[in-house]
Amino acid sequence: MTSYENTRQPRPFSAGAGTRDRLGEWVDKHSGTFFIAPAVTLILIFAIFPTIYSIFFALSRVRWSGDGLKFRYVGFRNFSKQFFGSAEQHFLGRLDISVFGWVLFGIIAAAVLWWLIRSVRITTWVGMIGRSISAAMAIFLAYILCASLISGNNIGTLYTTLFYVLVGCAIQFVIGTGLAFLCSQPISGKNFFRVIFFIPLMITPLGVGYAMRMVADVTKGPFEPVLGFLGLGDWVWSADAWSARFMMMVSDSWQWIPFIFICMLAALENIPRDHVEAAQVDGASSVQIFREITWPQVLPVAVTVLLIRMIEAFKIVDLPNIMTGGGPGSATESMTLNSMYIWRANDLGGSAAIAYLLLILTVVVCASFFNYVVMGQIRKPKS
Amino acid sequence: MHFRKQMAALTIGAAALGGVAAPAVAQHEGVTVNILTRPGYVIAGPLVERGKDFEALTGAKIVVTEVPFAEIFPKIQNDWATGTNSIDVGVFAAGWGVELDAAGLLEDLDPYVAADDKIDLDDIAPYFREFGQKVGGKTKLLMVDGDFQMVYYRTDVLTEAGVEPPVTWEDYLDVAGKIHGMDMNGDGEADYGSCIFKKRNAQSYFAIQTFAAPIVQTNGTAQGFHFDNATMKPLINNAGWKKAFELYKATGEFGPPEELNMDIGDTRALFKAGRCGLLVEWGDPGTLQLDDDASSIKGKLFAIAAIGSREVLDRETGALVPATAESAPHSIDGVNYSPFAAFGGWAGAINKKADAATKAAAYDFLSYMNQPAQSGVDVTIGATGYNPYRVSQLASTDKWVEAGMPQALADNYLGAINGALANPNMSSDMKIPGAQQYTAVVLDTQLARYLAGEITVEEALENIEEGWEEITEDFGRDEQVEAQALALGSE
Repeated sequence: MTSYENTRQPRPFSAGAGTRDRLGEWVDKHSGTFFIAPAVTLILIFAIFPTIYSIFFALSRVRWSGDGLKFRYVGFRNFSKQFFGSAEQHFLGRLDISVFGWVLFGIIAAAVLWWLIRSVRITTWVGMIGRSISAAMAIFLAYILCASLISGNNIGTLYTTLFYVLVGCAIQFVIGTGLAFLCSQPISGKNFFRVIFFIPLMITPLGVGYAMRMVADVTKGPFEPVLGFLGLGDWVWSADAWSARFMMMVSDSWQWIPFIFICMLAALENIPRDHVEAAQVDGASSVQIFREITWPQVLPVAVTVLLIRMIEAFKIVDLPNIMTGGGPGSATESMTLNSMYIWRANDLGGSAAIAYLLLILTVVVCASFFNYVVMGQIRKPKS
Repeated sequence: MHFRKQMAALTIGAAALGGVAAPAVAQHEGVTVNILTRPGYVIAGPLVERGKDFEALTGAKIVVTEVPFAEIFPKIQNDWATGTNSIDVGVFAAGWGVELDAAGLLEDLDPYVAADDKIDLDDIAPYFREFGQKVGGKTKLLMVDGDFQMVYYRTDVLTEAGVEPPVTWEDYLDVAGKIHGMDMNGDGEADYGSCIFKKRNAQSYFAIQTFAAPIVQTNGTAQGFHFDNATMKPLINNAGWKKAFELYKATGEFGPPEELNMDIGDTRALFKAGRCGLLVEWGDPGTLQLDDDASSIKGKLFAIAAIGSREVLDRETGALVPATAESAPHSIDGVNYSPFAAFGGWAGAINKKADAATKAAAYDFLSYMNQPAQSGVDVTIGATGYNPYRVSQLASTDKWVEAGMPQALADNYLGAINGALANPNMSSDMKIPGAQQYTAVVLDTQLARYLAGEITVEEALENIEEGWEEITEDFGRDEQVEAQALALGSE
């Protein structure tokens, strides 16, 4: 041990120590930087650079020519089109707020502002910047929700995306966690169910889309006799906005519940048995054991899994593209799908602008969730 | 395999009878021509089959790559504009040539045409020769298919219901209402009065233009029906397009319940199964009804060149007025017709940056596909997806009857196509830079939202007007005015 520590000490330079020794010392001192430099460079080239480069697209009218791409700066026009131009209703939905909508919005806005004011006492100025951004996004989303859905109007691609993310992920989380909990119990055939539940995750989303389109076909699909028996022979899920969105969410859940399932199963199986056995010896019921021992221990994993799933859900594109083409109308169109359709029509600037709006939405929602929910739960056991 | 043999036999026969000289043997030995087009046998299949024949004749290897329809244009544009040049020939909608040519990406085919003694340019119907193949007065594409939309009706169903084929869109609704619910294929189930592909991001935006054209365009092809050509102000937020939107939506009452989620593949499966009394389609059903899986409708699906309108848009007042000799000079018996050249037909264009040997081989192959000996056979076979575009293909019913078409149907089918092509008020698909954005994004999206009940017709038209204005501003109004004049041949 002593010998090892001695080798780690910098050697004193003797008078007249050579440049070579000093260079070696310098290299040794910065070796960590040298080792990490290639990876950082690659990340900068392949990840950061395209992200920054796409800003030029978002702020430009881009046209193809025989010499490649030609950019014409148009400022924030591609963005403003989504909020105030021809794409406003498509993106935000119909905004015609009712009295009830105003009241609800007022309550939500007041609650958010109260939370923000309270934050002044418990966080730093850097934290306040983050909370202000979260609060602004929450108030904006609350207004759009109150002016569209709550006031009986259609929602746009913004809230269709949030529907897939918030409602879809919540359902997937509940079902996935429930299945994981069941499979963690000492029941017969649990290994068989683990494999079966995991299979959908391994299928390409394209395949899931086509499979679900066939399964959900009300005229030729396997459920056609059932619908006929129930007197729903003329009912068509693809003709109604909410049934189409619901079908999209069911299809998405079918594929992604296994992800929640497998992560939560791993977390549940890592809970030390002695904690549970000790509680059983003390006479705790199954519900008490779950609430007081199991759940607190899997909570950090649960919220992290939910965060990862939410980030993925924001990008949903394959299923609505294949199953409905975004229809009926624009009912099932996510922001990613909208961006893709616009890109296909060679409006590269408009497509990039929507991609940036989605990026902002994803970062703010997920960062808020991470800071105020995930980190809260991760810190809780330590305290 | 059956089709391959049939096509080879017909080609050899046609070549022998017609004395068509084959290109010089090994003329293009060692040259590979890479072609990009849509997926599936339709359009791409004959390119592959004919490519093998062409290789045997000239030595040039034809490689056909298939990509989803929506990817064709961006892939070609990207490949050619960035200098990747992995594609030598694109086979796509004739109308897309304008935007590619504006970017300087298309080879001028006039010198090749001048030296080509087999193409017989005069035999190509004037609309496809002047509007389909030419951009800015120069030949930049060669057609392999001629497209415009027609209405088809089941003769047996209409006879049984005691109704006449529709003349106007109001008649269409009337007939559809009377036959809706009849058992049209004897399976004991109620069938549909009207079948139209209304799925978003599919072909619905073509069909709405077929409805609007006879109401909005009255003074010949050069007038157009999308813009005020002098200012490029959208000509869409008016009573004419409003009526077209309302009529189009009303057809849904007599259509399949899942019509809003049906693309052309879905409606074709329905009409081939005998479940549609009326439908809006391209030229394909004329030959598709001869397929083995359409036996219940063989010879019963007749075509109407164009459905007309008794009311037309007065562009000065913005009101609808009766179609008269003054308001609609081409009207017949108070009905204005304007067959819509939807999509314009599939055509091949050559990458300007391909090397000379490849361009020569590519042109010879496109010419080979286009020449009467080959195309005259291909258009009679439904599976190819190729519809007639040459006068010789439409002059006689003989080839069609030989291909299995009943004489009465052949008379009706060719009569309808000839009638449309001869119509001086034929309406052209949009052929200006950004056409995809104007129609496939803005028009299609707002139409779909209106059909789904998300917005009113007034809101849909206002949104389209605003969206089209934004696109025009993006591309430059003066440039678009110039492009529109070239596209409609008014300059």
